Amino acid sequence: MVETLNLSYTYDNSEALVFPDISLIPGEHMLVIGPSGVGKTTLLYLMAGLLPTLKGTIAIDGTELNTLSRKEIDKFRGEHIGLIFQQYHFIKSLNVSDNLRLRQSFPKNTNDTKRRYELAERLGLTQHLEKKVNALSHGQQQRLGIALGLIHKPKIIFADEPTSNLDDSNCTKVIDLLKEEAKICKSSLLIITHDQRVKSHFKNQVVL
Amino acid sequence: MKLGYLAFRNMVSKPLNLLLSLLLLLLSVSLVTFVLQLSQQLNGQLSKNIAPFDMVIGAKGSPLQLVLSAVLHIDAPTGNIKLKEVAALQKHPFVQIAIPVSYGDNYKGFRILGTEYGYLDHYDAELSEGTHYEQPFEVVAGSNVAQRLDLQVGDSFISSHGLAATNGETHDEHPFIVKGILKPTGAVVDQLLITNLESIWKAHDHGEEDSHDITNPHEEEDKHHDETLNSEHDTKKEITALLVKFKSPLGMVQLPRFINENTSMQAALPGFEIQRLLGLLGSGVQTINGIALAILLVSALSIFISLLKTIRERKQELALLRTYGLSTGQLLRLALLEGLFLAFIGFVLGWFLGRLGIWGVSLYLQASYGYALKLKAPELVELFLLGLILALATLATLLASRSIFRLNVAKTLSDG
Repeated sequence: MVETLNLSYTYDNSEALVFPDISLIPGEHMLVIGPSGVGKTTLLYLMAGLLPTLKGTIAIDGTELNTLSRKEIDKFRGEHIGLIFQQYHFIKSLNVSDNLRLRQSFPKNTNDTKRRYELAERLGLTQHLEKKVNALSHGQQQRLGIALGLIHKPKIIFADEPTSNLDDSNCTKVIDLLKEEAKICKSSLLIITHDQRVKSHFKNQVVL
Repeated sequence: MKLGYLAFRNMVSKPLNLLLSLLLLLLSVSLVTFVLQLSQQLNGQLSKNIAPFDMVIGAKGSPLQLVLSAVLHIDAPTGNIKLKEVAALQKHPFVQIAIPVSYGDNYKGFRILGTEYGYLDHYDAELSEGTHYEQPFEVVAGSNVAQRLDLQVGDSFISSHGLAATNGETHDEHPFIVKGILKPTGAVVDQLLITNLESIWKAHDHGEEDSHDITNPHEEEDKHHDETLNSEHDTKKEITALLVKFKSPLGMVQLPRFINENTSMQAALPGFEIQRLLGLLGSGVQTINGIALAILLVSALSIFISLLKTIRERKQELALLRTYGLSTGQLLRLALLEGLFLAFIGFVLGWFLGRLGIWGVSLYLQASYGYALKLKAPELVELFLLGLILALATLATLLASRSIFRLNVAKTLSDG
């Protein structure tokens, strides 16, 4: 599902970040773990096509990102990749339901109401669908962030530090939730974190 | 979900910004459309009304006042002239037709005009029902008068002295009878009650007789005697003005000068006077248009600033949309849609406000002068204005959204 080879990235005026090769087979999950500042988020953005591949290759589901144009990468990402961010990002002018609907609308215009309600129900957001996103509690916002990462049934879900700022019991809950949802969507899950508590939940691990 | 819906939600999510931009747009659009409509319609009304006549002869005074009163019926007359004095003019070789008009009474604010049939012919006024007036105190009513006062053929009414609907002296002794109703002409005829000259003379003679009646009944009888038998009475007959159409352009050159220099009357040229009036109005119209244009530019600036601000504030949302698979072009379209929505709504509301203004002015003009303005569908020049506003909004949006092209998605999302 995800194959990287000799990948490295250099920001302006700084040392190159060199990443180990990653190989994730479809349906499997993986944990990329490492301390702050080693380029975890950079790796995630590279794999999601949000940063240009400067050196090395990345293939997602057999498609090499290097071979796509900028516009094609946008479309590919929208269709096949789900992103769950460390900081939650929403469209503030839309309510919870419309935020989910918006994610379903691009790049392919689908309006799967059933999927929306099922997901909202499993994540405990059903009563909050008509609320403004700013009116949600911290936990609800996190669950909405997760929902936005997988509402469109992506082939691969990238999650950036999904468990930071969570206590132990909530940490386990979120990891279980992610695994469960990935299973339902038949998606692969790749989590990037510095959180040692997550280690025990994954067989596949890469250390940065 | 369509981009348009998101653009709309984004627009209404900042109600104060929206309100400011909308108000500015509204103000400029309503000003421009209102002033354009007003000047255009006044122009049209005035031109149409003065078109049938080249010259007006009346008592000495302001020429503009003479034209306003005798042709357009929106001012008081300058005085009366003797019918005898203008009789020669009616047969002048340069003159195609000269129509006497006499007025001074009203019914509920609508003027009663004594004249000849030729007057109606010149405004192409045809009967929609009933017959023409024949006897004194028979009238035909202009379409607007009939409609507003709900006059039917066969109705009778009592006129009152003066030109405005006040509680002035009434001519109770001589009720007028409506013989016919005219079709709408779009000209001043619509606002008039038209009768023959004798009706006016008799209504006023009678007034004089009344006062004589008390002092000397015999004199009154003598006078009556005179009136029926002696044509000398004609020499005393007065009219308010004479409306002249020339046969030859030479008349325009020679007659007004001749009359103004050699008689106690004055000749005024409606075309010239109205041109002068419109010239004065025109500079006012230009000033207002200039102000409206300035407001329009400020409103474009306000759209620019508010979009610039919101695009900066929404940087993360835009980055998020990029991760959803939207291209830079689609983000640009989102911003454009928002700007254009705003411009379009502003135009539509402003247009309606402008028409509302025309309606208000129309009510006022109708009440005080008997003129009504039309509420017209959008005109070509107004569509140009819409085009101009959309172009300005597009420009403002494009300038404001340059940062979309430079958006660093990865950095923006991490900065959170």
